[in-house]
Amino acid sequence: RNFDKPCAQCSEVNWGVTDGGRFYCRSCHNVIERTREVVSTDFISNSRVQSVSRGFRKRKENGICEWYVCEGFQLVLKKQAEALETLGVCPQMKDEVLWNFWRRYLQKSKQAYCNRPSGEAVKALSVYDSSTDVGSEQERPNLFDLSLSESEGDLQTDCNFASSSSRVSENTSVCSGSVDGSLYLMRNQKEKLRMTMPMTLSLCYMALLWLREPITLSELLRFTVEGHIPYLNVFQHFPEKMRIYGLDLKIFCVESWPVYEEVYNKMHELAAFLDLPRFPDITESCFLHPDMLCMKYLMEANLPDELHNWTCRVVKKIHIGEADFLTLVPGNKSTRKVKYDVLAVAVIIVVLKILFLLDDHYEWLLSDFAEERNENNKEGPPYFEIKKWYKVIKCSLDAEEKKLDEEKAKYLWRCDKPLFYSVQKKAKVLKRRQMVVNLQNQFGKLSGSVQPTEKPKPSSFQLRWSEENPDGACFHGHSLEGILQEKCGLLTSMNPDYWLCTQKLCNGKECGHVAHYRDVDFPQSYHFVLRLFSFLLRIQPSYIHDEVCVIEQELFNKNRCKERKYKRLKK
Amino acid sequence: PFNEYKLNFGKSKEACLNYIQEAVLQKQWKRAAEFLTSYAEALEKDFSKGPSCPSEIIWRIGTEILCHHPHSSMREFSSFIEQMKTLAIKRYLKVCLEHSFHLLCNGMIDEASQNLSLAVSWRFGEQSILQDKEMKLIQAYEGLLDYYRWSKQKNVLLERGEDEYEDLSVEREMHSYFRKAALNLKEIIQVPGVWDIFVQCYVDLLEFYGDNEEARQVLKEYAYNSKFPSNPNAHVYLYQFLKRHGESKKSLISVLKILHDLVPSHELMIDFNTMLQKSKKRRNRRLGLEVIFAVLDYAGWKENMKAWSCLARQVKQIVSSEKHLDWIKQEWNYRKDWWPAFHFSHYLAKRNWQENESLSYEKALVAGILLGKDCKYFRYVSKQGCTAQVKRFQTLKKFVHKHSPIYLRTSG
Repeated sequence: RNFDKPCAQCSEVNWGVTDGGRFYCRSCHNVIERTREVVSTDFISNSRVQSVSRGFRKRKENGICEWYVCEGFQLVLKKQAEALETLGVCPQMKDEVLWNFWRRYLQKSKQAYCNRPSGEAVKALSVYDSSTDVGSEQERPNLFDLSLSESEGDLQTDCNFASSSSRVSENTSVCSGSVDGSLYLMRNQKEKLRMTMPMTLSLCYMALLWLREPITLSELLRFTVEGHIPYLNVFQHFPEKMRIYGLDLKIFCVESWPVYEEVYNKMHELAAFLDLPRFPDITESCFLHPDMLCMKYLMEANLPDELHNWTCRVVKKIHIGEADFLTLVPGNKSTRKVKYDVLAVAVIIVVLKILFLLDDHYEWLLSDFAEERNENNKEGPPYFEIKKWYKVIKCSLDAEEKKLDEEKAKYLWRCDKPLFYSVQKKAKVLKRRQMVVNLQNQFGKLSGSVQPTEKPKPSSFQLRWSEENPDGACFHGHSLEGILQEKCGLLTSMNPDYWLCTQKLCNGKECGHVAHYRDVDFPQSYHFVLRLFSFLLRIQPSYIHDEVCVIEQELFNKNRCKERKYKRLKK
Repeated sequence: PFNEYKLNFGKSKEACLNYIQEAVLQKQWKRAAEFLTSYAEALEKDFSKGPSCPSEIIWRIGTEILCHHPHSSMREFSSFIEQMKTLAIKRYLKVCLEHSFHLLCNGMIDEASQNLSLAVSWRFGEQSILQDKEMKLIQAYEGLLDYYRWSKQKNVLLERGEDEYEDLSVEREMHSYFRKAALNLKEIIQVPGVWDIFVQCYVDLLEFYGDNEEARQVLKEYAYNSKFPSNPNAHVYLYQFLKRHGESKKSLISVLKILHDLVPSHELMIDFNTMLQKSKKRRNRRLGLEVIFAVLDYAGWKENMKAWSCLARQVKQIVSSEKHLDWIKQEWNYRKDWWPAFHFSHYLAKRNWQENESLSYEKALVAGILLGKDCKYFRYVSKQGCTAQVKRFQTLKKFVHKHSPIYLRTSG
């Protein structure tokens, strides 16, 4: 062919053409934006013959860029990975792990990509697949730089997508900026996992888990809501040439935040779908290990450090600290799926129940006793008074929840990039947008408060407690002495009782839960601790309650008849 | 109430709206503005056309905030309203109308007038036909403003009085305003509704130019046409008109009778009773008694001197003549269970005596007749009065004692 510019990556001049119509360098598989249309006419006529015979895509003469939905997702993932790197995640995630997962996903899903002749599928794959062997580390082009880089201005600047349409079937002809938008949406659900926006987070989390990065899923989702990870309006980052409209909106524009369960379950599905092997072991030194996470949450909940001994004991007793339990083995239905963050807070709650009973009565007695002792004895670390702790935490929690609610109400979902289903609507959409901006300006000035332009820095800890605080509002160093006793050389709680959250676990076939939580059925103190941790994790209290039930069942199995069962409190 | 875990656009905006409403109710305008800023983007998903769609909410709440916010100005308000006009064509005229109200309330008559005439000339295909009710209202308010201008010119003329030179231009202007106002006002009052101010202005115009017949017709229609909602004011206007033009007592009475049926506690009932008492017709006098008793059933009249003196006068007259005692008996029958505590308690006796001696006098008379000389009220007041040696109380005491057997006849 006539194109003799050296390849940007390898400086060779050895060009081929993909089925997508793009030039790719045969040496390093770098694909550029340049399309066939720009080259000599005889070549064009060849391609036309080819495209007609395929009968799949309409070709436009004026050098437009066509993009596939999966390229869109690729860009999304790229942005998300970059954001995570900014947050401190190791670059390996972006460069290797996520990319490998993505490539594998493309392989697995494209093989069943409907309506495409398999020949085409294979050819397209050749772009991404530097070699047939998956684990190859040799020559892997950085996928994230493919096909979206600016070529040297060969393309016509005026890319008009207005009339781009993909003929899906004989009767429908739907508009979308992407080539296969409508096709994508029409795909049979039963077929291989279709990528969605929430699933991008699943994929990211999977990569983070593989690398055992110190981010829990709840944190990931919180960072997303706080805007540190592109998710909402991520299409803003699509280049101008990649026009997004019509059905693309259904794919890329989200109007809700994904729920923990949703992202979590999809992750498992993905892991199985990709036929991944056993993930790297979660060991005691990992952040995700319950011992570590418990420490983190204890600190965040302003609870005494001494409780950590107890959480470790529980973890050990029910063997949830073992690598085999904690490590993800995709596709293995018999192993329990572990939600590391939920597990950790559930352990803490169980420990609190062991030590303080939390029946709205006993814990206050213990607290009074501790208070008395603290008044008479100023030496040494103070005894932990749960009453004081409750007051401090409740105050903070109320304030934080209120702030969060207001933030949710004030959240701005739209961005300046217009979204429209069809070109006819575009003018109206732009007009509306202008009006919204005017209103925001007008009333923003009347708001009085200065809107912070900077997003607050993301942090792992939402609540912070410091020993320097003169109020004595930090309980980390407080002692549990008042509530412990020594028996047979072992420290046990003075509290002899324990009440189980549930007698029996539900099999969850219909309801999806192992227990059914209603706050009126349980003591206020229990409800309070659930509330605290559900705020920190941004999930519903019932999910934590489920986990608590499971742990309890494992901890107090029926053989131990020493434990007395709790009779439900009647109000 | 908090922590919706599946947060989406709709729920987020719903929560936002709650905060706005709370802030507005508590008059926290800055906070309301803050949340309205976030709410604005609901417009981009405004699919509903119903009454509580985002565009309507933003219009109404935005107006509220801009009216009350300390840093807001008329200019800001106007620019906001102009945007609202373009936002929803289906509401265009309504927004124009409310904008005009706002301008009028702020004394910007000329701007209001401009606004209204702009609105009148608005055409938008089917929409301008669908919004004809609003259009009529707009024209009515145009008429009102024309009346206002006419009125100003009229005052100018009247002040000049009998001057050497006549200012023809003023007169001409006056007439032109008159014509325009009359046209528009006449239009609107033909539509069933409550148009007090339009009616009054129109009647004023007609009267000035001597067209009393038309005026009377208009007022009669307004009061008696069953298609119009029942409106006490209509009868008041009619009555006032008839009185102004010296109509017969008969017609006045018939108008006030309806008013009595509608609003027994109306202030005109005093005049009504006075008129009826003087009537030669027995049934009118009977009605008068009914009317005045009805007035005093209402707490607002409890301390009203005039009402009590009317009642006292009529009661005294009946008792003195010893004719028609059964009238009193009938009226008292409905009230004997609760009037004593309502009007004639010992506490009230003391208070009335302290605060208003004349009132206590009138009331004592009534009490003495209705409840007898031994009733708490009469005893206390007459004792006080006699002790203070106020002549009329001594007369009162004698009167009541003289007629005390009547009490027995009327209370049975």
